[in-house]
Amino acid sequence: MNAYVGTPTSRVDGRAKVTGAAKYAGEFPADGLLHGFVVEASIPCGRIARLDTSTALQVEGVLDVLTHANRPPLADKDDSWKDEVAPEEGSPFRPLYDDTIKFNGQPIALVVAEDWETAKFAATLVRVEYEQHGFATDLEGERSNAAEKDKPHKPRGDAVAALAGAYVRHEADYVIPTEHHNPMELYATTAVWDSNGKLTIYDKTQGVQNVHKFLCGVFDKKPDDIRVVSPYVGGAFGSGLRPQYQVVLATLGALALKRSIRVVLTRQQMYGLGYRPMTIERVALGAKSDGTLDAVTHEAIAVTSRYEDFARNDTGWAEQLYKSPNSRFAHKLVHLDVSTPCDMRAPGAASGVCALECAMDELAVALKLDPVELRLKCYSDRDQSENLPYTSKQLRECYARGADAFGWSRRNPVPRSMRDGKELVGWGMATGVWEALQMPVAVRIALTSNGHAEVSCAASDIGTGTYTIVAQVAADALGLPIENISVRLADSTLPQAPVEGGSWMAASSAHAVLVAAEEVRKEVLGLAGKIPGSPLAGAELVDTVLTDGSIANASDNSRAVSIADAMRHGGVERIEKEKLNQFGEDKKHARNTHSAVFAEVKVDEELDVIRVTRVVSAVAAGRILNTKTGRSQIMGGVVWGIGMALQEETVMDHRFGRIMNANIAEYHIPVNADVHDIDVIFVDEPDAHINALGIKGLGEIGIVGVPAAIANAVYHATGKRIRRFPITLDKLLD
Amino acid sequence: MGDVTHQISERIPIHLVVNGVSHTLDLVPWTTLLDALRDHLALSGTKKGCDHGQCGACTVLVDGRRINSCLTLAVMNDGAKITTIEGLANDGALHPLQQAFIDHDAFQCGYCTPGQICSAAGLLVEGRAKDTDEIRELMSGNLCRCGAYPNIVAAIQQAMGQP
Repeated sequence: MNAYVGTPTSRVDGRAKVTGAAKYAGEFPADGLLHGFVVEASIPCGRIARLDTSTALQVEGVLDVLTHANRPPLADKDDSWKDEVAPEEGSPFRPLYDDTIKFNGQPIALVVAEDWETAKFAATLVRVEYEQHGFATDLEGERSNAAEKDKPHKPRGDAVAALAGAYVRHEADYVIPTEHHNPMELYATTAVWDSNGKLTIYDKTQGVQNVHKFLCGVFDKKPDDIRVVSPYVGGAFGSGLRPQYQVVLATLGALALKRSIRVVLTRQQMYGLGYRPMTIERVALGAKSDGTLDAVTHEAIAVTSRYEDFARNDTGWAEQLYKSPNSRFAHKLVHLDVSTPCDMRAPGAASGVCALECAMDELAVALKLDPVELRLKCYSDRDQSENLPYTSKQLRECYARGADAFGWSRRNPVPRSMRDGKELVGWGMATGVWEALQMPVAVRIALTSNGHAEVSCAASDIGTGTYTIVAQVAADALGLPIENISVRLADSTLPQAPVEGGSWMAASSAHAVLVAAEEVRKEVLGLAGKIPGSPLAGAELVDTVLTDGSIANASDNSRAVSIADAMRHGGVERIEKEKLNQFGEDKKHARNTHSAVFAEVKVDEELDVIRVTRVVSAVAAGRILNTKTGRSQIMGGVVWGIGMALQEETVMDHRFGRIMNANIAEYHIPVNADVHDIDVIFVDEPDAHINALGIKGLGEIGIVGVPAAIANAVYHATGKRIRRFPITLDKLLD
Repeated sequence: MGDVTHQISERIPIHLVVNGVSHTLDLVPWTTLLDALRDHLALSGTKKGCDHGQCGACTVLVDGRRINSCLTLAVMNDGAKITTIEGLANDGALHPLQQAFIDHDAFQCGYCTPGQICSAAGLLVEGRAKDTDEIRELMSGNLCRCGAYPNIVAAIQQAMGQP
């Protein structure tokens, strides 16, 4: 009964996206719409001494300039500002709250005008004088001030002694720079004010209900006063997990002027929001002469702001992945005068596993072992940190399938030994790992007697394909063609969903569809059983399925009643069921996705230009709901990995505490010509424990391991080990 | 500061033919073609990703040529024929590139997609791209943060009738 699940179904929202019909947050119209333009602070720390808006206010078409001095009321307790994914420790940033400057690029005024051009022009006329305080923005300069985050990891054995006595020991710092998400859509909010004073907020977010609750708290509103909608999100990658400041400013503007308003940040201003924190990852590995690991230590030192402790699991991957009797881990934070970092694709893992897998490659070189063989020697069928078996783990198969597809056996291990004309060829590999998380989600299904169903949920589709997989699972569970399923998402008034992140939405939304569909089936069976002479009279729910527009006996589909007949006979036009799905707790298994990544680089020997010519990513992630969109997810992750390895870096001028490349010409991301062959392999990974459908999620795993595989390939090509990312060609010159 | 109100009040009448429909607009002279389309003609299919000609999301066809609409002022295009993503489908029938983008899953979030498709439409007219590498090179002005590039190339090849 799987007509759609597991197939390469094209995106159900595809037509809207290729015709320009899909509307994003900053595109919803409203009568008398005003436009807001943000004025940002140009110092990293201090206070506003004087803010002169008088000239800006003289411009024809300018209605107001909102600042901390004249804004409507905002909540004064931290709890009201803490959204669903805010760090536990700290005091969230409050835009236009007072005269304090906490980071460069902080919003300090919102110019509101009848049109965008006017607001933008008038913003240049706002005059600001500061009282500047001392500041620090350099992680490496402040490394000695790193403070250990609480919850220290439990050490195993005695790593210090084991490292000291190791047959081969490798220890190094790997430096991951600050990176910005740079989704293609600008951060935007359109706040539509209606005559009753209620607000509909079209926001670029990964969680409409998170933003809804946050706004109700910040503005002391009742749930009915505000509705948050976000049907299409032009990329987010973690940047839309927490409410962004423009949603507060747009709401402020609407409340102050009692009119609809749109606030869109510029690309430059987007660099004042969250980012992947720069980290120094110190990894030490000790091995015995047989190539098995005897000790692993991993210390991560990461940036956070002065006002919040943002910390992610950088070191836990080294803790769980490989067999090692001795291990020690630490996560430290350095508080700087910058905005708080936030989750960015595979937070913690993209950085932490990059360091671990580069270190493993260096260890393999020192041991004169093939890098795949080293990983197989340390392979663990149990999560090493929790000592638990996995619900499923086909990583061994990933290594085998990936290596085979790549042609790894033809690799000459000697650096600089492989060539293609004027280019040095390098082959590198790495392991990837991510969590398989799942969260409570509720879904409502409204089935009408014409055989059409509307499936709705507050979950977002940030390009991941939620619309499509929800439609696929619903079509199969309801036994209807997918054309008869319409999916509504990302409206705060729809059934409960968490933010879309952590790769948990596929499994979470799919199972919510299943339980809601079962409620629908129960109702249909009740109606069908009452028809005189019904072939399903007295049938148990578990013995029935919905298939081909009918409810039928599961083992004998000929004993069936069409949904239309059942509903007509029962005098029912519409069956509407809503159900919250909660996953049972399983403390006996570890839940992870894995991958083996193989990369080929070609390096011009004279110019040191590096090209990633081939990547094979073999992924074990349970059952794949949609092989077309799933492949795209992994491919996108690989492209992110190419960017992380070779291009992406937010560069700060520490003399001014200011980002120097806050645009997408100087912050480099991969372009079409940077991306060549990417081969995605989904390894069969049946999983009877994780959930009914055996789904794990794909959003993050695609990037993890890719930067290390490329760095290791660069070493193999050139003999140069670059541990400071990104690997730009200047680093190969000396 | 001088008379700032004067600086902003001067509006210029502009005539544009967008997707076959004539429009006359009164715009301040620094209005970009992109903002004219999005904010003044409610054609939000053309996307703003950077406003600086760095991302290509705003690509439209002006008199058949692909152009970053954020890098040209509306007044500079007075009288021009402009095709946006909303004008590519013919009476509801998708343009071959639009269908190919769906078939090859050449997008995820969809935000760069109108610019990619308009850019690809311009590329087909130019006739310069003969192989995969040339398509990659000549489509490199259109960023896709979701990383759909290999699928974008495959979609363009389908529309070009290449295997």
